[in-house]
Amino acid sequence: MDTLFAILQVATLVLFLVLLYRPLGDYIAHIYTGTKNLRVERGFYRMIGVDPTSEQTWRTYLRGVLAFSLVGVLVLYGIQRLQAVLPYSLGMPAIPEGLSFNTAISFVTNTNWQSYSPDVTMGYSVQLAGLAVQNFVSAAVGIAVAIALVRGFAYRRSGTIGNFWVDLTRGTLRLLLPLSIVTAVILIAGGVIQNFNGFTDVTTLTGGTQSIPGGPVASQEAIKMLGTNGGGFFNANSSHPFENPTAWTNLLQIVLMLAIPFSLPRAFGRIVGDNRQGYAILAVMSTIFVVSLSALSIFEASGAGSAPQLAGAAMEGKEDRFGIFGSTLFATTSTLTSTGAVDSMHDSFTSLGGMMPMLNMMLGEVAPGGVGSGLYGMLILAVIAVFIAGLLVGRTPEYLGKKLGPREIKLASLYILVTPTLVLAGTALSFAIPAVRDDVTSTSIYNSGLHGLSEVLYAFTSASNNNGSAFAGLTANTPWFNAALGAAMLLGRFIPIVLVLALAGSLAQQDRIPSTAGTLPTHRPQFVGLLVAVTVVIVALTYFPVITLGPLAEGLQ
Amino acid sequence: MSTITPLRPPESHPTAHEATEKKAAFGVAQLLEATPGAFRKLHPREMWHNPVMFIVEIGAALTTALAIAEPFIGGSGSSGGTAVPASFTWGIAIWLWLTVLFANLAESVAEGRGKAQADSLRKTRTSTTANRVTGYDPAVDPMAESTPLVALSSADLTLGDVVVVTAGELIPGDGDIVAGIASVDESAITGESAPVVRESGGDRSAVTGGTRVLSDRIVVEITSKPGETFVDRMIALVEGASRQKTPNEIALNILLASLTIVFVIVTLTLNPIAGYAGSQVSLTVLVALLVCLIPTTIGGLLSAIGIAGMDRLVQRNVLAMSGRAVEAAGDVTTLLLDKTGTITYGNRQAAEFIALAGVAPDALRHAAAVSSLADPTPEGKSIVDLAARQGFDRQIAVSGDVVPFTAQTRMSGLDLPDGSQIRKGAGSSIIAWVESSAALSSTVRSELDAHVERVSNAGGTPLVVASADATGVARVLGVIYLKDVVKEGITERFAELRAMGIRTVMVTGDNPLTAAAIAAEAGVDDFLAEATPEQKLALIKREQDGGNLVAMTGDGTNDAPALAQADVGVAMNTGTSAAKEAGNMVDLDSDPTKLIDIVRIGKQLLITRGALTTFSIANDVAKYFAIIPAMFAGVFPGLQVLNIMQLHSPSSAILSAVIFNAVIIIVLIPLALRGVKYRPLSASRILSRNLLLYGVGGVIAPFVGIKIVDLIVTLIPGF
Repeated sequence: MDTLFAILQVATLVLFLVLLYRPLGDYIAHIYTGTKNLRVERGFYRMIGVDPTSEQTWRTYLRGVLAFSLVGVLVLYGIQRLQAVLPYSLGMPAIPEGLSFNTAISFVTNTNWQSYSPDVTMGYSVQLAGLAVQNFVSAAVGIAVAIALVRGFAYRRSGTIGNFWVDLTRGTLRLLLPLSIVTAVILIAGGVIQNFNGFTDVTTLTGGTQSIPGGPVASQEAIKMLGTNGGGFFNANSSHPFENPTAWTNLLQIVLMLAIPFSLPRAFGRIVGDNRQGYAILAVMSTIFVVSLSALSIFEASGAGSAPQLAGAAMEGKEDRFGIFGSTLFATTSTLTSTGAVDSMHDSFTSLGGMMPMLNMMLGEVAPGGVGSGLYGMLILAVIAVFIAGLLVGRTPEYLGKKLGPREIKLASLYILVTPTLVLAGTALSFAIPAVRDDVTSTSIYNSGLHGLSEVLYAFTSASNNNGSAFAGLTANTPWFNAALGAAMLLGRFIPIVLVLALAGSLAQQDRIPSTAGTLPTHRPQFVGLLVAVTVVIVALTYFPVITLGPLAEGLQ
Repeated sequence: MSTITPLRPPESHPTAHEATEKKAAFGVAQLLEATPGAFRKLHPREMWHNPVMFIVEIGAALTTALAIAEPFIGGSGSSGGTAVPASFTWGIAIWLWLTVLFANLAESVAEGRGKAQADSLRKTRTSTTANRVTGYDPAVDPMAESTPLVALSSADLTLGDVVVVTAGELIPGDGDIVAGIASVDESAITGESAPVVRESGGDRSAVTGGTRVLSDRIVVEITSKPGETFVDRMIALVEGASRQKTPNEIALNILLASLTIVFVIVTLTLNPIAGYAGSQVSLTVLVALLVCLIPTTIGGLLSAIGIAGMDRLVQRNVLAMSGRAVEAAGDVTTLLLDKTGTITYGNRQAAEFIALAGVAPDALRHAAAVSSLADPTPEGKSIVDLAARQGFDRQIAVSGDVVPFTAQTRMSGLDLPDGSQIRKGAGSSIIAWVESSAALSSTVRSELDAHVERVSNAGGTPLVVASADATGVARVLGVIYLKDVVKEGITERFAELRAMGIRTVMVTGDNPLTAAAIAAEAGVDDFLAEATPEQKLALIKREQDGGNLVAMTGDGTNDAPALAQADVGVAMNTGTSAAKEAGNMVDLDSDPTKLIDIVRIGKQLLITRGALTTFSIANDVAKYFAIIPAMFAGVFPGLQVLNIMQLHSPSSAILSAVIFNAVIIIVLIPLALRGVKYRPLSASRILSRNLLLYGVGGVIAPFVGIKIVDLIVTLIPGF
């Protein structure tokens, strides 16, 4: 029964993704390569003084990204600090400095790490005017950067990589907004609430009173999933019945998380003029996804310990309406994209099961990854794989006709350095600085010992990779975690973007070398295998010691 | 069309190759010779250039200090909850020093192989006496026979000086012959004992300092500054002194450096995290972990691979002016090959006698053979050979006056004592000669034209034979089909090149028809007929605009622009100074076929780097499985399941990993110097092969290796 249900879910998911791959991918490619502008777009360009036909160098493009994001952080911080005077605040006070700082960064970086309990912290104004806006634009920024990198491969002898303002506008207006409106309606049909009721006090069957929150949830939920944001309207996120009422809305949310990331390889293939390249990247992403999902499902289904054995599987922390597979599929999707939404508590997974979401994020979220960030992360890994493969066949490595010289390798190498450094340094500092260590162990960590270590490691992994998923158990609303995770999110988002855009610029300047029999084909299963291996090996080598100390030592006890 | 081509210098040089091949072997003697150099390179100033090994050296120094301090700060204690023996830190320290030494040794050995060659070159550089001409005036006294000479040391010669060199003397510096002709012994630089002819004015006017004039007297204008001569540059190249890192090497260094940084971060952050879990790791073990993880195998062998790559070229008598050129050779996508000497043998050979109607085949054969007996050119010999095969007796005595070939008459022949004459040569000349006695009938004319055209279209050279009897009545006998013989095995080589993704373009002065026929027979992808230097240059530019990398050979001064434009320009040593300046490689054997070898060496160099990088990274998997359980299993016994090699104890596991890490460098030195095997296959097949060999092999090998070392280490008391 459970197996049949699992198979049905997988079949439905695959069917939807297969149906979406070509039309959605082609549509995305069309959005970013078309020359026509909508009337509303033209009006907007006039308003901000941008010529939509002009192209930008990578430096200008980057300045656009950074300036736009900085403004986003400042505005979001301001809205939170002013909550008390805003309408629809439901009587909630201004959000404290540390938390506002952390949350502002969290939503601008597409992380959606929540150090707070939204139901009792954020009113509707902050949710809608602050967080929801960033849910759209931070996702659009991610796609824009990915498209800029793809243009780097596609352009020949070009000093420019597109126009950030155009990419941002089109991504928001033509892709994310229409899709969100459609899916919000479907979610409402599925039972997700959409109202402005505030709190409703009801008398329960036993005679007690309960305060039930309402809110514009469905509209938030759509972009939360589509934009791989993951910031929940309620503290319980997608395990809350108002956010995710049934098994089929659960599956729909999974489809939404994967729709754009899995279609971007198609857009990539289209723009570089070789659809096979898109299929290769898709194959790499799918392979990793399937392996990771299988591992987590096996760990959870065969959970050790007396309680799981009595229940038949590790049901602690999981919703009965989703079951084991509905939960593992959601968890794998959420952490392999940069969503970070949860429909079950990862902290309560088996020790080895809890390791999987962590590993998924450590992979750099590339299978398929966040909207945009997944594609550019995977392309960076492809650059490294091509470099090694190129040396092995005796040719100066080239990917899609672009030579990978010292500059390209420098940028790709630095990209790979960024998140491991943030994760490991952040975790180590939490335990190395005596005052911080005391605070972390006494206030933040819920479970002592190895599990506590996993909680901290998970938090920094999630923040540095801009996932936002929480292991639960960790109290992160402390000065240390608000500041350190905020910094990790900021650096984990924008240093890679700087490097990706620089790479795009340097690739765009090159001419395209015609491919010969001596050129390594990058669309065959061979390259797919190599790229999977490179992705896994880089992560394994970097994180093996800490993984051993955390979940492995706990799981192998 | 000429029937006589000038004699070319001999093309095979077995002696030079045999001598160098022997040196390629790698033995204990070489190791011993290189050892002092390995110690000298321990100086931090030297190590600094190799960040990976520099970190190992710092680690070695640190553990040595710890080993010395240990007895005073309470013994070796424990690490990760496991007690370690007293000799542990010393063991690690010693093997870390050995790791550094082994890496230095690899570089020293590679450099040592060039040194012997450099030494013999240096001998030729010894100062000689030069006879400088004062006030040389080519118009008045071209051979400088009546102009006063001043004797001075060759070291004092400057650019533009004119010197006279006579038989038996060493040429004092690089230069061009401005007057005279001489045979020169260039064995000092080429290893080739047969003398070569150098003369003024042509494409063979360049002479190299340090070579010896064997006959005659030449006037040479010096074209190099003192200290920057060809030999000086060669010495610097061979010794690796002027070795600059190539783009791919720089890119690889960056990747290795960033991997190193990742592992430094992994190790630095380990103790705070492990400390919380209750399993503090000792400093020695952390250093051991770091050294095992950073890519020391490739880091230690990288420069040896580069030096050995250049050396392999030198062994084939090719001098690359920069490592960049060698690397570019591996990337070449278009090869421009001269037809003559590369694709075809330098000379045409008689393939068929085609007699006209009414002429006895015997008569034609006899006339052709008799008139060729005194012809020393390969074509002439081949005519006699062909006739002999068909029954001509080559021993018959023939007397008569030989009429030599001249560019004006464009025919040669024999005037027999009885007054009859035989002529052979280009069609138009022979027809003119025959028609000087009587006009050709139109049937003969059209039959002859048909034969000539058929031969031409087949890529051959038609040689028309005619005779005149004693009365002066001339008639055409027939046509000799001189075939441009495509070298044996060349078609297969082009197929190989095609599999490697390299396009071959044949360059020839022949007309398009002939060129097309030979191109089809040889199997080249394209050809450039009636090529002029300008067209060659234009072709290179066109190919480059399409994103191709072009390699070519050349020897003449008019080749210089094309040589300079090409990504890999190989100048023949017999060529002019201008050509040698313009190209980025010089082939001392002047063998244009070598371009294919150069491409192969370039690829081999890259593959060797890639293979060892892959191997090095793949090794880390096994090392983790050795060290991680050793570090933490004391506190978390469950982690013992990760000890899949069943290593004896934590200390023996860690020491074994470090020893394996050091020894593998020594084991791989021969591979680094020799280069990995390269087979001309398509990119995918090469990749599959090398991934299997060095990737999968690199994962498995250390599991076996570390286990073996562990079995030995276990014999040490305490481990």
